[in-house]
Amino acid sequence: MNTATPSAHSRARIWLEFFGSMTLAITLLSALAISSVVGTVLRQNVPYEDYIIKFGPFWFEVYKSLGLYNVYSAGWFLFVLGFLLLSTSLCVFRNTPGFVRDMRDFRLQHSTRSLRAFAQHAEWTVTLGAEALTAPLKNYLHARGFRVRVKPQGAGLLLAGMKGNANRVGYILTHVAVVVICIGALLDGNLPLKLKEWRGEVDLETKPGILISQVPKESRLPMDTPSYRGGVVIPEGASTRELVLQMRDGYFIQELPFEIRVKDFRVEFYDNGLPKSFESDIVLTDPELEQPLEQTISVNHPLVYKGFTIYQSDFRDGGSRLDLRAWPLRGNSGEALSVQGMVGNNHRLDGPDGSLTLELTDFRLHNVRSALPGSGKKFVDIGPSFTFKLRNEKGEALEFENYMLPFDQDGRGFFLSGVRSDENAEFSPSRIPADAQSGVAGFMRFHAALRDPAQRGKAAQRAASEGPPGTRALAGTAGELLERFAAGGFAATQEYIVSQLASAEGARREQLARAYVALLQNSLHALYVNLDLPRATDAARQQQLFEDAVNTLGALPEYAAPFYFELVDFNQVQAAGLQIARTPGKGMVYLGFGMIVIGVFVMFYLPHRRVWLALSEEGGRTQVLLAGATNRDQLGFAREFEGLRDGLKERLQRL
Amino acid sequence: MSASPETLIKDFGKPSFLSTLTLFDWVWAALVVGGAAYVLYRYGAVMSEYEIGTLCGGALLLTGTGWHWKPLRVFSLAVAALSLSAVWLYGSQLASAETSFILRYLLASQSAIMWMSTLFILGTLAYFISLFARSDYAGQLASAFTWSAAAAGLIGLMVRWRESYLIHPDVGYMPLSNLYEVFILFMLVTTLLYLYYEGRYQTRALGPFVMLIIGAALAFLLWFTFERDGHEIQGLVPALKNWWMKIHVPANFVGYGSFALAGMVAIAYLLRERAERVNPQGVFATRLPSLEIMDDLMYKAITLGFGFFMLATVLGALWAAEAWGGYWSWDPKETWALIILLNYAGWLHFRFTKGWRGTPMAWWAIGGLGITTFAFMGVNMFLTGLHSYGGL
Ligand code: HEM
Repeated sequence: MNTATPSAHSRARIWLEFFGSMTLAITLLSALAISSVVGTVLRQNVPYEDYIIKFGPFWFEVYKSLGLYNVYSAGWFLFVLGFLLLSTSLCVFRNTPGFVRDMRDFRLQHSTRSLRAFAQHAEWTVTLGAEALTAPLKNYLHARGFRVRVKPQGAGLLLAGMKGNANRVGYILTHVAVVVICIGALLDGNLPLKLKEWRGEVDLETKPGILISQVPKESRLPMDTPSYRGGVVIPEGASTRELVLQMRDGYFIQELPFEIRVKDFRVEFYDNGLPKSFESDIVLTDPELEQPLEQTISVNHPLVYKGFTIYQSDFRDGGSRLDLRAWPLRGNSGEALSVQGMVGNNHRLDGPDGSLTLELTDFRLHNVRSALPGSGKKFVDIGPSFTFKLRNEKGEALEFENYMLPFDQDGRGFFLSGVRSDENAEFSPSRIPADAQSGVAGFMRFHAALRDPAQRGKAAQRAASEGPPGTRALAGTAGELLERFAAGGFAATQEYIVSQLASAEGARREQLARAYVALLQNSLHALYVNLDLPRATDAARQQQLFEDAVNTLGALPEYAAPFYFELVDFNQVQAAGLQIARTPGKGMVYLGFGMIVIGVFVMFYLPHRRVWLALSEEGGRTQVLLAGATNRDQLGFAREFEGLRDGLKERLQRL
Repeated sequence: MSASPETLIKDFGKPSFLSTLTLFDWVWAALVVGGAAYVLYRYGAVMSEYEIGTLCGGALLLTGTGWHWKPLRVFSLAVAALSLSAVWLYGSQLASAETSFILRYLLASQSAIMWMSTLFILGTLAYFISLFARSDYAGQLASAFTWSAAAAGLIGLMVRWRESYLIHPDVGYMPLSNLYEVFILFMLVTTLLYLYYEGRYQTRALGPFVMLIIGAALAFLLWFTFERDGHEIQGLVPALKNWWMKIHVPANFVGYGSFALAGMVAIAYLLRERAERVNPQGVFATRLPSLEIMDDLMYKAITLGFGFFMLATVLGALWAAEAWGGYWSWDPKETWALIILLNYAGWLHFRFTKGWRGTPMAWWAIGGLGITTFAFMGVNMFLTGLHSYGGL
């Protein structure tokens, strides 16, 4: 019993020694640094599929079990952190008493002999009594920032000066700050949530693409959760009472104690298309408020309300209404079907070969490109565009990007439509020529006419009759050519012509070939003229229109979709991406921030310094011994001491 | 001949700091404070309290620093005079740069920065000559070049600031926001820190080493300018429009600069340490400052860097709290800032409490510079954007 107590006591002492030891501290600092690196080289919290792709199933599991996909909340990481916390606290606990004692203690016990042993010391003898010297010397140290104590000593006395006590305070501030910050951060962290999860009280929702309202209650966190930070996307005019907390490969739904509505969202851009500013007018409705709180928030200007902070973080499309016209590119019908679409929704269409799903994925009001050198401007906005996927019954999809306005190329307008089969590839553009009224209708009607046997027939007749006398009989061939052209564009037509020329050879072959091409040209022109579409003002322009149309038709069979989607009109709806954080520990963390910054500078720049003046008098002569010591910046102190020494020396000599 | 006790006491006292100041000190201080006062009087109405705070704080800080480090007075006056004349020459349109000879070849930010580059190169050469040819004259030239390079660079930034507003008032911003600008800042800070210690320790022998890292930065800057048009002025994205940034970035670069200085001094330390053993008559053993001084310099630089980097990281957290919705998100840049701090905290503790000195600490300081460099550039190059989770 009474033997156990001291040993237990000394055991505690040993532990204290160990945890408070500098070696351990430094080991921990390095350990923390190294483990922090992991989380930066391995991108954190991305969808698990990406990790599987990257590492393969086996290593994926290994890394997962090590918590490498969110290192900073992994158990072992928090353990290291906690350890450093403990070590720092113990360190402060151990050093503080000593330091405080130090701050009071002027070390008056020093003797002349012990002072002589100091690295920094100097001696003089002056013809003046110690009494008379005391006041001047005291003032000497005072004037140089030292607090002074005087103590009679043998046949004289000892003046002890000390300055820079703040240095010790700095030490305490710095290290206590480390603890304060960690505790504050702990309050803001999601440790409680992890515990709940571990106890199985809540479980992570991992099903993709289900509506928030469908999330089961075991994945919903109560309003009184002390701390969290999550995001939510709110379309203009809509509102929410819930927050999504992304975690690992899923998310939790956090119930908010208030409702947030986004009344309006605004974004401005620079000429180069980068966002200049974006902001939301939000309305916060809380039963505890008699009337709702309205405020405009923007990046760097969040709304703070009862320990909640509501941030503007990003923006995206919030379900813009798109008024589309789907022009069929196959089959006989030339009538466009109109589609009232909404970004984020899917729409079914019956294509020539089976039904299709139109998935509208995005709408962009501005598309800024760098302008052509001549144009004088640096950038141009080529207007609205929308992206969508067309998925066939087999589930295969192609992605498209269509522009609303014709893109001007040396005076000729073209509607761009980009196609790609995988997300990471560039869109490969096709061009639809704009008609005289800069719409697509003209071209589409031309294309429809080409697909329609009756109209082809008429055109063939006309081409044949209007052609030179020899060609009257060629109506059949003309029809044939048009049909090939309609079915397979330039490629098919060429093939056909070549097959026809099999018998002929030499110059005659040349001649015939040219005749065929001319005939096709004329027939197409006839087809075009029969439609009497709105004409361009001058003939050259009109001819240009026709040729562009023909060139497009010739290449169109390669266009991957059975429809061309024209954006007729739109009603943009934007959505504000908000972040909402509840951080009870923030104040504490900031306090710690303040402490550590002040503490560090104090520790560095207010060194703790001691000087002594030992006076021993004999026979009217006094021996003056000056000595000094410091705890840091020895060189600096050496310089300061020289100053002290020389200043004193020349004053004493003047006596 | 013994004086009366009172006079004796007074005589043992110390003349107050202010009474040690020269007339020029006062004139200069008057100019700084007067300038700030004028700005307040003229623009105070449109300035936020933050900006007013920064202005006044800045003026006082500059005055204090200039009184403590005298060369800063002339330096700041020169920079102010030339920057203001550039602003004046510009008037209200950017096009002036084409017509005004002085702007075009001297003061327009691009020209000033090209002058900075040239002067840095000259300075570097001169420093090397002065070290290896043991020529003090070359040394004086080197300092002169380097001082002027710093001035040119700072003028470049000041004028760029104005230019950004001339492009368009909405575009205008303080030019501490993109890689191009902070690289110039890095060179400035590192140079000025070096020049401070050059005066403090009365030695130019460390110049070549510091100039090496400046040169590396310069090489990058020029590549970035000519290959990537890095110098183009573009408006800030919303997240960057934050007052904290205006202190966060400079503080950060005092940190980077000091750590760079410490690293380069560490190299010099190791060279001398070896030279003393291998050839004691050689340049390194004879011209470089004593090991003790370099060790001390390393420590001073790292403490300064640690202090400011701590400040910068804290400010970064405050900024992140306003821009990203959390004071700490463990994003790579943040995390590497923490790693830097932890590393140097380790260094300081070893030195301070274990009393380690010299060679091992020099190696550690060099390692620290490696870490710092990665945090500064590597993170941007390797760890962010799409391909950022390679490498494990
Ligand atoms: C992240 C954690 C820590 C930080 C940021 C930190 C920071 C600092 C700094 C900047 C100094 C001044 C060094 C100098 O002046 O050269 C210092 C000194 C010191 N630190 Fe730490 N420290 C930390 C953890 C620890 C731990 C865990 C211990 C104890 C095991 C410790 C013990 C000390 C001691 C004894 C001193 C010397 C104080 C003096 O005599 O003035 N520190 N610390």
